[in-house]
Amino acid sequence: MSAPGAIAATSIGPRRRMRLGRAEPLVWIAPAFAVVAFIFGYSMVELVRQSLEHDGRWAGLENFRLTVTDPTFQTALEHNARLLLAVPVLVLIALLLSVLLFEALRGWRFHRVTVFLPYVLPIPVVAVIFGQMLQLDGLVNQALRGVGLGSLAFDWLGQPSWALWTMTGVIVWKELGFGVILFLARLLSLPGETFEAARVDGARFFRLHRYVTVPQLAGVIAFYVVVEAITMVSWVFNYVYVISNGTGGPGDATQVAELYIYQSAFQYSAPDLAAAAAVMLFGATLVLIIVFFRVQRRAGFIAAGD
Amino acid sequence: MIRTSVPKHVVLVLASLAALFPVYVMVTAAFKTQGGFLNSPFSPVAHPTVAGFRTALNDQFPRWLLNSALVTGAAVAATLVLASVAAWGFSRWSFRGRDALLSLLVSLMVVPPVVLLVPLFVFGAKLGLISTFRLVILIYVGLMLPFSVYMLTSFFRTIPPSMIEAATVDGASSFTVFRLIVLPLSGAPLATLAVINLLWVWNELLIALVFLQDDSKKTLMVGITGFESRYNLDVPAIMAGLTLATLPIVTLYLFGQRFFVRGLVAGAAKG
Repeated sequence: MSAPGAIAATSIGPRRRMRLGRAEPLVWIAPAFAVVAFIFGYSMVELVRQSLEHDGRWAGLENFRLTVTDPTFQTALEHNARLLLAVPVLVLIALLLSVLLFEALRGWRFHRVTVFLPYVLPIPVVAVIFGQMLQLDGLVNQALRGVGLGSLAFDWLGQPSWALWTMTGVIVWKELGFGVILFLARLLSLPGETFEAARVDGARFFRLHRYVTVPQLAGVIAFYVVVEAITMVSWVFNYVYVISNGTGGPGDATQVAELYIYQSAFQYSAPDLAAAAAVMLFGATLVLIIVFFRVQRRAGFIAAGD
Repeated sequence: MIRTSVPKHVVLVLASLAALFPVYVMVTAAFKTQGGFLNSPFSPVAHPTVAGFRTALNDQFPRWLLNSALVTGAAVAATLVLASVAAWGFSRWSFRGRDALLSLLVSLMVVPPVVLLVPLFVFGAKLGLISTFRLVILIYVGLMLPFSVYMLTSFFRTIPPSMIEAATVDGASSFTVFRLIVLPLSGAPLATLAVINLLWVWNELLIALVFLQDDSKKTLMVGITGFESRYNLDVPAIMAGLTLATLPIVTLYLFGQRFFVRGLVAGAAKG
């Protein structure tokens, strides 16, 4: 960080100082501040107020009690927790791919462009394509039957016990590119001699990267873990909504916290319960924010830019 | 030179294929007939037809496309203006509470939009702003500002103070310095922010779904989700619609790749 204080002391022109004085930075910040204060500040205050009321009357913690004891909400939380299992998978695959992209000299630009591609595709588009492909008579099962593995073909998204895992697979497919970008950028910013000895194959490949590469990437890996954990807890609405057609189905096999809030508020007209659930979801992300700050404070991240 | 070994290359090729395959299915299916798609879903297109595109375009697609372009363009433009002005306020002067304010801004980056949904909807309903672009654009701007201000503040701080001092000694006002020195130096970070934000707004579903309920106001992403059930038996039409919705964003990605990668990495860099 530079020292803006030094700039401030010397650079305010005398004329300006007389007119606006110390209020000048506030004038510049005010417009953005007003929007952020309304969207976040006003909303959070209103949210908490609503979570403590029923039909406009004080209800204490009743909404929270109703939400916590709602089996659907419990199922939703359990599913969010299960989605967290995707995070270590994401980290491992992203590490492998970024190291390979880093080492591969020939054709790596092509691979880089394609491996990142899923990350920029709109989630609704991705969800519709996979929804089509994973139907009972969809592409994936046709392919399985075509190569004589017809016994493996089954209703990927229609079977309650499998729907959430299938969805986890789609999320991994989509979110992977972000990790590869982060890790690769970090690898490219390291001094060249770090890896002079590391370009090897076989068992030594894994050992060297385990002891040379992973420690170098520790900061950025921690960042990715936190971002993806937040994603799994509170940013999976789009996948669930599109793949299950807004139901969280089959049954409540793909119900998650966000969809629960959405349904309570806009399908079951219970905004008070939705508010209580939202306050709890916010509490969960708050815990992750604290972790985020810890990670931010750790030194030695990637320099901005590549 | 170092040569990549075979197994390593195989893994990369497999990863690329896995990433491309759904896109390949989407684009080829869009040019097939329903029968052709069912017979050979994986094959390349033998006899391309644009019937799927015609069906998609005869539906409300052009309108959704226009709505998406309008909302995305307005929200991103407003965000860039507000964020660069605020970032200049944050980076040029030091004042009490500045660092606390910046930290608060960073933490807002991870607040899930679904948390803000209910109160904002109640607010919008009271003022009759549901299904208006105004409220949706305002919400998008609010959600994009924390990251945008944070990123531009970090960049403005790297501008050498001597450049700014030289101008102020000549009597330039802080607005003149901002317009004639800071902004011209900030082309790359502004482009990065524009690309990242364009991608986000264009792909956003939840807020558009809740706040733009009129059929005439729907964005592409909302339209697509309903599109699938309506054309359940016409896969080429669905895929043609998806292809049209994806095209602008993939074009942006391919041409703005450098900025895109830089922006994602900037999020991980400390300020």
